[in-house]
Amino acid sequence: MSNLTLLQINNLEIEFPSRKSVLRAVDNVSLCLEKGDILGIVGESGAGKSTVGNALIGLLEPPGQMTKGEIFLDGNRIDNLSDSEKQKIRGKEIGMIFQDPLTSLNPLQTIENQLVETINLHLELGENDARQRAVELLDQVGIPDPDVRVKQYPHQFSGGMRQRVVVALALCAEPNLIIADEPTTALDVSIQAQILDLMRGLCKQKQVGMVIITHDMGVIADITDRVAVMYRGRLVEHGATEKILGNPDHPYTQSLISAVPRPDIKLIRFPQVTYIEDVAEKNTEFDITEHWLGKPREYEAAPGPLVELKNISMRFTTKPAFLRKNRIFLDAVNNVSLDIHEGEVFGLVGESGSGKSTVARIICGLYTPVSGAINFAGTELTALKKQSDLDPFRKQMQMIFQDPYSSLNPRMRVLDIVAEPILFHQLAETRREVEIIVKDLLEHVGLGAQSAVRYPHEFSGGQRQRISIARALATRPRFLICDEPTSALDVSIQAQILNLLKDLQEELGLTMLFISHDLPVIRQMCDRVGVMKDGFLCEMKETEVLFENPEHEYTQHLLNLMPRLEGLSLEGLDMQPQPNQK
Amino acid sequence: MLAFILKRLLQSVVVMLTVALIAFALFRYVGDPINNMVGQDTTLEERAELKERLGLNDPFIIQFYRFVRDASVGEFGLSYQHRRPVKELIAERLPATLELALVSAILALAIGIPMGVYTALKRYGFLSRTFMTISLVGVSLPTFLIGILLILFFGVILRWLPTFGRGDVVEIGWWTSGFLTASGLKSLIMPSITLALFQMTLIMRLVRAEMLEVLRADFIKFARARGLPTRAVHFRHALKNTLVPVITITGLQLGSIIAFAIITESVFQWPGMGLLFIQAIGEVDIPVMAAYLVLIAFFFVVINMVVDILYFVVDPRLRVDKALVNGQ
Amino acid sequence: MTENKNSITILDYFGQMRDSDLWFSFTRSPVIVASACVTLLYLIVTIFAPLIAPHDPFDLASIDLLDASLPPFWMDDGELRFILGTDDQGRDILSTIIYGSRISLFVGFASVIFSLILGVGLGLISGYVGGRLDAFIMRVADVQLSFPAILIALLVDGLARTLLPREHHDEVALYVLVFAIGISGWVQYARTVRGQTLVEKGKEYVQAARVIGIRKWTILLRHILPNVTGPVLVIATIHLAIAIITEATLSFLGVGVPPTTPSLGTLIRIGNDFLFSGEWWITIFPGVALVLLVLAVNLLGDWLRDALNPKLR
Repeated sequence: MSNLTLLQINNLEIEFPSRKSVLRAVDNVSLCLEKGDILGIVGESGAGKSTVGNALIGLLEPPGQMTKGEIFLDGNRIDNLSDSEKQKIRGKEIGMIFQDPLTSLNPLQTIENQLVETINLHLELGENDARQRAVELLDQVGIPDPDVRVKQYPHQFSGGMRQRVVVALALCAEPNLIIADEPTTALDVSIQAQILDLMRGLCKQKQVGMVIITHDMGVIADITDRVAVMYRGRLVEHGATEKILGNPDHPYTQSLISAVPRPDIKLIRFPQVTYIEDVAEKNTEFDITEHWLGKPREYEAAPGPLVELKNISMRFTTKPAFLRKNRIFLDAVNNVSLDIHEGEVFGLVGESGSGKSTVARIICGLYTPVSGAINFAGTELTALKKQSDLDPFRKQMQMIFQDPYSSLNPRMRVLDIVAEPILFHQLAETRREVEIIVKDLLEHVGLGAQSAVRYPHEFSGGQRQRISIARALATRPRFLICDEPTSALDVSIQAQILNLLKDLQEELGLTMLFISHDLPVIRQMCDRVGVMKDGFLCEMKETEVLFENPEHEYTQHLLNLMPRLEGLSLEGLDMQPQPNQK
Repeated sequence: MLAFILKRLLQSVVVMLTVALIAFALFRYVGDPINNMVGQDTTLEERAELKERLGLNDPFIIQFYRFVRDASVGEFGLSYQHRRPVKELIAERLPATLELALVSAILALAIGIPMGVYTALKRYGFLSRTFMTISLVGVSLPTFLIGILLILFFGVILRWLPTFGRGDVVEIGWWTSGFLTASGLKSLIMPSITLALFQMTLIMRLVRAEMLEVLRADFIKFARARGLPTRAVHFRHALKNTLVPVITITGLQLGSIIAFAIITESVFQWPGMGLLFIQAIGEVDIPVMAAYLVLIAFFFVVINMVVDILYFVVDPRLRVDKALVNGQ
Repeated sequence: MTENKNSITILDYFGQMRDSDLWFSFTRSPVIVASACVTLLYLIVTIFAPLIAPHDPFDLASIDLLDASLPPFWMDDGELRFILGTDDQGRDILSTIIYGSRISLFVGFASVIFSLILGVGLGLISGYVGGRLDAFIMRVADVQLSFPAILIALLVDGLARTLLPREHHDEVALYVLVFAIGISGWVQYARTVRGQTLVEKGKEYVQAARVIGIRKWTILLRHILPNVTGPVLVIATIHLAIAIITEATLSFLGVGVPPTTPSLGTLIRIGNDFLFSGEWWITIFPGVALVLLVLAVNLLGDWLRDALNPKLR
């Protein structure tokens, strides 16, 4: 152990006893961190990375307990301290930053009270000096007018600003070590970059060591010096960030890195990931052209674009009031016009609140726009007033949603979920026929027919998203809207789902509207892209052109913020030949 | 904030008018007011003349206006049963009920809230589990049964405490108080415990549930991660955030205490408004019923107003000033 | 073949139930199992009251005033014929308790069902339709919630009493009581269901159903309703206990069921008059029966609330 070693973890093992068995959440993990270094712990959900963080600060959620190992901070063992001794270390020696800035602050106390309370606890300062320090800290984390804002309550700050306050709170007693558990996951890309810059700057300037726990390779590539890769509670690889990302040794790290969507290259397909417990790619191949799914649909080809939006605007009432003048509105979509051609994948990209999801919901009829027209295959949908007139078009367009945990009715069996559109649109003659179709669909999305009798809660996130896809395909649509279909999934599962969507799009000749906040994913999936900001469509171009030559200021801004991911291993990637690659 | 209070005030007026309308409809159309005022031998002409004189032939809205005008100064006419002004009857009974309710409310809050906090903080402790079990029994014991059991043990078997009435009272102006005499205080013990017990268990359970909810919040975890001592986390951060729902509970429970006083007063023959009301229902004494209804509604409206204003004091999020919510 | 398949799914259901956390937490706690048994016992005994009760307390021919005010059998003068003694009219206490529980449980269940249908219906509509209708329903609910349920039940009952002549009133008293208690309890259901409906309505499976084209009311009944049943079940169980207490209280105050068909509350009231003369059994045994029933139901409700609340696990 050198003098520079700040944190040393030896053979850490943490177990969660449950009623049926004992879950070993962390298994024989050894790590070390030097002063002023940033260590990233990366892994997918269930890897045990957050548990390591909680163990470091002595706040394991019961019934979790450390069963083996030792933790040293500055050469002193801290894992076997008493509760009151551990409490003295927390805040003073180790600061912690949590994921959700909206719930991390006490809503009933001013920022000043919360800062001063913590400062007074750990540092021997007078009341006035503590207040002075609180203001300085806010200034350091980049909050404008700190002397005014320090008197305010958390609800008066935006999400990004609150995370800055959280950083200030973690730093206020000058700890030597900071643990940040997914500190930017709840934030937008542009704010994420700012917070990461801030954290890295403070670490280097104050020579503070930091452990950053994340699932995001972009964050790892951006700010860490060293990285530890965890899989199912075990540490599979550990080393300098450049080495691990550029030339990983362990097959899990290799497959994880190969699944990360790249901002700079377009892949034909993501490589088949071997290290996942989800279902494999579909196993029973049947000739799609012979099958019910693949049979040519009876729709006539649209004369112009398949979907055409003309000057669509949408506003929500955010504060209802009896008098019209007292209401407060949000213009979610402003005068947006775009068209989507038969057979293409059109992408919409933007930050949260940009109105991209609202556009999708307007197209499929979940919202009625305030003004403007939507044409689908030459028919003006906005002119149709009766529900039953819309039904033939609903059959032709379906949607896949973002959250796999809420997009399936938990009280229905998978069979009934996928059968619902078939029964509603009367696409099959008998109940038996419906069941056969459903089973084929489930087979085709890689779940297997036997999953039909189970309930959604028995499936993982990726599997549920496959069920959603099966349901969307059940009406044999020609137009499929995917609203952030993979943003709630782990990266290797995301790769599989994106592969599946690509395959289906090709096989079935689908037209797709693909919505994402994630530029690299957009680059992998889309032929053309529209960029949205605050309800306006800023730019619309072919994907490759947009990525290489962004014209609009905001597009350039977004592309700049995008994690570069340079130096990530290219091994095993199925790259598209790029004409304009330098 | 002023706008909010005005809005609430307006709502309260609407509620009061609605209740007054019900009371008025009860008074005017349920049973015949004339029949209740005159003897059997009154002739039809005399009745018609009385009806005219009392203004009962006037349009509905005018009669209602008169009712509201009179009610707002406490004038509800003569009790059918007692042949005395309702105003006097209520004024006589009011102190008894308010003293009983006050003692019970203090008892219920002073014991219920700390017990709720304690059982939430020491969730798995032996004492907590005992409290929780006892409280379930408490919630399952109807108020009147508590009263009966107390009477049986302390009144009939042990003969320690009086089983009915207020004991000796002292007159202070128009108010009569049982607080100042030994027999008055002794008489108060059993009724106030009876009334408080059910509310106490309810308050305890609700406070515990709210406190547990707050203790699971992220900001509690973050406070612990900053090294704040357990005491500070529990009492400075958790307890204050529990306060908002607890205020609501307290407000509702104060209302309940006045309503449940009806039962307690009936068990202990406590000479309060509740007893008057229950007797009025039995005897179809409509003016008394109407007066009680309006008075109780008034109490509730006032309690709700106070609760709403307290919210503002406790929760800064309600004092939101839009201009301060800046962007990045 | 279909039959065969169905039987498998039913077996699956049982298998799922045995594996479920709910069943586990049920079997783990002997108090809860006991409460379930007690509740079940009450249900069986009251449903088959005429077969089980040793005497028919309402058969005037079989009542003998000579048997009046006998103490329970283990005391002096007690007789084995009347295990828990007799009241002042010579009626067997045990039998009156059995018949009384029958009335209490009937009123309890009926008013819970009444509240539930009204509250769940209004809550669903309020949450799903929104707008002015929602604002109106919730305003009414707010106002009602600020008045204790017992007071509202008392008022409704008092109102009915003044509106109906006495002879008519006794005939419909039971239903008036059900209405009075039912109307005083709908708000809890409506508020919970509305809140839950708002949550479910925003979930993507509802949007998926709308994208398919499924009509509003079908979505409400097929998708949303099944997903709000958990909290409703908890409220209904706790409400059953409250309804039984409310009925007993009203009957105790003399404004509940008519004395010709006494419920537990009526029995306690009648017995209360004899408390001072030492005949405690006339009032205490019905009281114990009432508390036992309410306690069992409350325990079940309490357990159900914790077991169905994922946050508490």
